[in-house]
Amino acid sequence: MRRGAAIVLIAFLGVIFATIAVSYSQRSSLPELAAAYVDLVPRELGAPNVITGILLTYRAFDTLGEVAVLFMVAAGVGLLLGAGGEERDEGQAGIRRPLKETPSTEIVQNGADILVPLIAIFAAYIAMHGHLGPGGGFQGGAVMASCVLLLLLAKPDYRIKLAHLSFIESLAGLLIVAVGIAGIILASGFLDNRVLPLGEFGAFFSAGAIPVLSVLLGVKVGCELSVIIERFRA
Amino acid sequence: MPIASIVLSTGLILVLIGIWGMLTQRNILRIIVGFTLMGTGSHLVIVAIGYVSNRTAPIIDGGLSLAEAPTRSVDPIPSALAVTAIVIGLAVTAVMLAYAIRLYQAKQTLSIDAFTDSKW
Repeated sequence: MRRGAAIVLIAFLGVIFATIAVSYSQRSSLPELAAAYVDLVPRELGAPNVITGILLTYRAFDTLGEVAVLFMVAAGVGLLLGAGGEERDEGQAGIRRPLKETPSTEIVQNGADILVPLIAIFAAYIAMHGHLGPGGGFQGGAVMASCVLLLLLAKPDYRIKLAHLSFIESLAGLLIVAVGIAGIILASGFLDNRVLPLGEFGAFFSAGAIPVLSVLLGVKVGCELSVIIERFRA
Repeated sequence: MPIASIVLSTGLILVLIGIWGMLTQRNILRIIVGFTLMGTGSHLVIVAIGYVSNRTAPIIDGGLSLAEAPTRSVDPIPSALAVTAIVIGLAVTAVMLAYAIRLYQAKQTLSIDAFTDSKW
């Protein structure tokens, strides 16, 4: 009976979706707002990557909210899975984990030894070059967290210092807000990227505060995701 | 068949599969997988809507000069939205998995039929 209801609902949605998919025709021109963004981001903000320009300047306030959501999730997961980082680091690790950690295989360990530094460098590259090419803070942070995950898989005894991560994360968050407030004072609004000189178009040090925000965002997201991963391990 | 329609149909089919999984599966982890499938499908739909015929990514470089950007690049707004959606989807998934762990600790099972406490 429940399955029947599910089938009816799926069939209903399927008909609606099929209508949408059949009647959708690929667009051949940009809407006004998108054309304005594509035109304004390189000219006004000096960022070759339009999407990063939108995310980190025109819609930077939303991005700040998103980072706040991630922070709340890291805190919420910690709350749900118990055990704050402080007391857990205090030598009672042996009591809290009666299960013997099974060591990972040699392939995983050696692979991690080679790959972890490379992935970390790649993450830094993605976060720093968000204004020039595909990439940005969120992407770099996610790659960084995958590096931490590989490290944890290869070395189950490795203990991440949650207190350090929280400190770095809070510092990055504070600096993002500080850059935003500098935008109110020095440029035309909160999180305006023109607090720093725009520089030469396409150069590494260009696009004002966008690379700075991008790196800070990468650090913050990387720390938050690492904290979430560490919480799930316990 | 235009490429946007292919991606759009794939996304909508993924959404359907995800909803189907959420409605019919009794294991909490499978319900979560259904949810993430639905999320991935919606990301594909968002990106497909932003595609414009025969255009390239909105990044100014050797292949796309500043002057021709408005006439040769795709819509950047859906891509920016998709980044947001992916991050929020990850956050929601993390919270759901944390709840799944807690529920397993409470009843030693992941079947949703065991959790009838607040069922009316």
